[in-house]
Amino acid sequence: MAHGEPDETGDAMMAPDAPPFAGMTSAAPSDLLEVRDLHIHFPTADGLVKAVDGLSFHLDRGQTLGIVGESGSGKSVTSLGILGLHEGTNARITGEIWLDGEELVSTSTARIRQLRGNKVSMIFQDPLSSLHPYYSVGDQIMEAYRIHNDVSKNAARTHTIELLDRVGIPQAATRVDDYPHQFSGGMRQRVMIAMALSCDPELLIADEPTTALDVTVQAQILDLISELQAEFGSAVIIITHDLGVVAELADDVLVMYAGKAVEYGSADDIFAQPEHPYTWGLLGSMPRLDREREERLIPIKGTPPSLINVPSGCAFHPRCAYADRTGGRSTDEVPPLRETADGHLSACHLTISERHKTWTADIKPLVEGTSPFDASQEPGGGVT
Amino acid sequence: MPQAVIAFIVRRLIVTVFLLLVVSLITFGIFFLIPRLAGQSTYQLAEQYVGRNPTPQTIRLIERKLGFDQPLIVQYGRFIKGIVVGAHYNAGPDKTYCPPPCFGYSFRDQQPVWPVMMSDLPVTASLAFGAAVLWLVGGTAIGVLSALRRGSFFDRAAMGIALAGVSLPIFFTGLIALELFSFHWPIFPNIQFVPLSQNPYLWARNLVLPWVTLAFLYAALYARLTRAGMLETMGEDYIRTARAKGLPERKVIVKHGLRAALTPIVTIFGMDLGLLLGGAVLTEFTFSLHGLGLFTVLAIQNNDLPEILGVVMLAAFFVVIANLIVDILYAVVDPRVRY
Repeated sequence: MAHGEPDETGDAMMAPDAPPFAGMTSAAPSDLLEVRDLHIHFPTADGLVKAVDGLSFHLDRGQTLGIVGESGSGKSVTSLGILGLHEGTNARITGEIWLDGEELVSTSTARIRQLRGNKVSMIFQDPLSSLHPYYSVGDQIMEAYRIHNDVSKNAARTHTIELLDRVGIPQAATRVDDYPHQFSGGMRQRVMIAMALSCDPELLIADEPTTALDVTVQAQILDLISELQAEFGSAVIIITHDLGVVAELADDVLVMYAGKAVEYGSADDIFAQPEHPYTWGLLGSMPRLDREREERLIPIKGTPPSLINVPSGCAFHPRCAYADRTGGRSTDEVPPLRETADGHLSACHLTISERHKTWTADIKPLVEGTSPFDASQEPGGGVT
Repeated sequence: MPQAVIAFIVRRLIVTVFLLLVVSLITFGIFFLIPRLAGQSTYQLAEQYVGRNPTPQTIRLIERKLGFDQPLIVQYGRFIKGIVVGAHYNAGPDKTYCPPPCFGYSFRDQQPVWPVMMSDLPVTASLAFGAAVLWLVGGTAIGVLSALRRGSFFDRAAMGIALAGVSLPIFFTGLIALELFSFHWPIFPNIQFVPLSQNPYLWARNLVLPWVTLAFLYAALYARLTRAGMLETMGEDYIRTARAKGLPERKVIVKHGLRAALTPIVTIFGMDLGLLLGGAVLTEFTFSLHGLGLFTVLAIQNNDLPEILGVVMLAAFFVVIANLIVDILYAVVDPRVRY
């Protein structure tokens, strides 16, 4: 079962009529990035951690994909996998990652190093710890630029000052020699963005770029990312647990749970009609300014599952309010990721009509904050 | 920025002078105040400053000559004055002059302490600096390799040897080294100190065994420190950033990892070196090298208080200066240190 499912989900998403193992021999995809049936497992003393377990998605040039999920759902592990940054760890990676016609899982470390920071670059969560405390920000950006471009120190410096100026750092020409600790959190993240953009990447991965920042700065950073995306024409993967961030930036959304995709589709579709109870839960636990203040956030019951002993069947079933409606299938069978509408996929045992009904009747009024009901009055209402 | 650095250095220098004064005060207190507090009379004190088999008259004379009968603060003033301008210990025909810096006059050896210490210092300095280079290079290199190959055979072997290095006393490893490489296979026979200026080859050859013996102890310590530091820094977020840039792994390790891991080691290195310059007692004793360590041992054996006082002051001076250099170096190495 565990081995059968990922293939099915992969096929369902990418090429519905492709034979098994088609991925191994199929030609390079036309999209900029295509991930096929990616597994990233870590053997540990306690058991095998299945951080990513059969994940597939794709991303076209200039587009933005939001990957959403709680901590430990495999978002960051996936993004590090695309950059080959599990190298040197005990990670076991199978599947395929195609970037611009090149397969990355099987490629040499030398080749992936040429791509890192060049064709694919990354912005990390905490800009203070992600910048080296002993080197000036200018040196660190110049270093990133000069690895991949054979230019003089002076040219790199000029380029760096332009970049810093472009990401909105005042007096870039003097601040280029300052050290990370001399910048504020938001400015540091701007430095990280400048570094990531130094080689004009085709794919930019932003791993929770605003989580460590002040709320007032978060919006500025997100605006900057989308502005620069338009200017540089990069595709962007934005990893977050904040659906608000996704709503603002993403064209497509991938919702991850326990290393698997549970819902995948265009942002418009997913926000208009989310089809997975977990997505409902994420929407319900999102604070909104337009909601009544008396209304409480609806947290998702329980904690994210262990990635060593993933719950049987649907990994979400211990936390799902609707698990009892599946006639026991939720504990026995892994729900495949199925296309329910054009380009909208979800993995749930409930029938699509039942889910649409539940969403429209019970969840939508709650999460939109216009509900006449109270969460306590409506038994099936809260995604609790 | 450079102006800030200069201001910082000047401020540190002023603090250092104060620190040296405090050190001298404490040292002075240990030698002159504590015996008094312990109930020793100035006569008994003077007895220890006189040469062998003194007559009571000589002791009385010395007691007055050294000013033990005067208040302690006056004595301290004389002590400091001696360091700055020198001191006369005898009026009359046999004039005993102790030129500055006068750290005391050994009545046992009939000579001022300072020149003797200065003639012994090159031995200790040669020993300490040579060993320091060895242990710093060797220890950090082993530490880095161990960290990068954590859990490998190399790592376990290196850390096992390091444990032995930390645990085995120098008089043991030194004697084994002497037995093997000086007597059994006389590769380094007849070890004695030859000044560098006189014959650089013999200087180095005769010091190889002491260097290695001393460095073994410290290299073991530094290997463990470096390993722990590297393991910590290589897990930092900025290392991931460096890799995400596409830097070759060697550059990630050296430029980003080692740079950060070495900074705390600079501190410890400075202190260790400062401490060693005051005398590498066990090594000097084992290899019969007449440096400050052996000087100290002999001074203690002979109960020669002026010599002990002098060498304690000198050792404290080295530690304080090493501290100063480390502080300045730290400000240069770590930009987060405020000037």
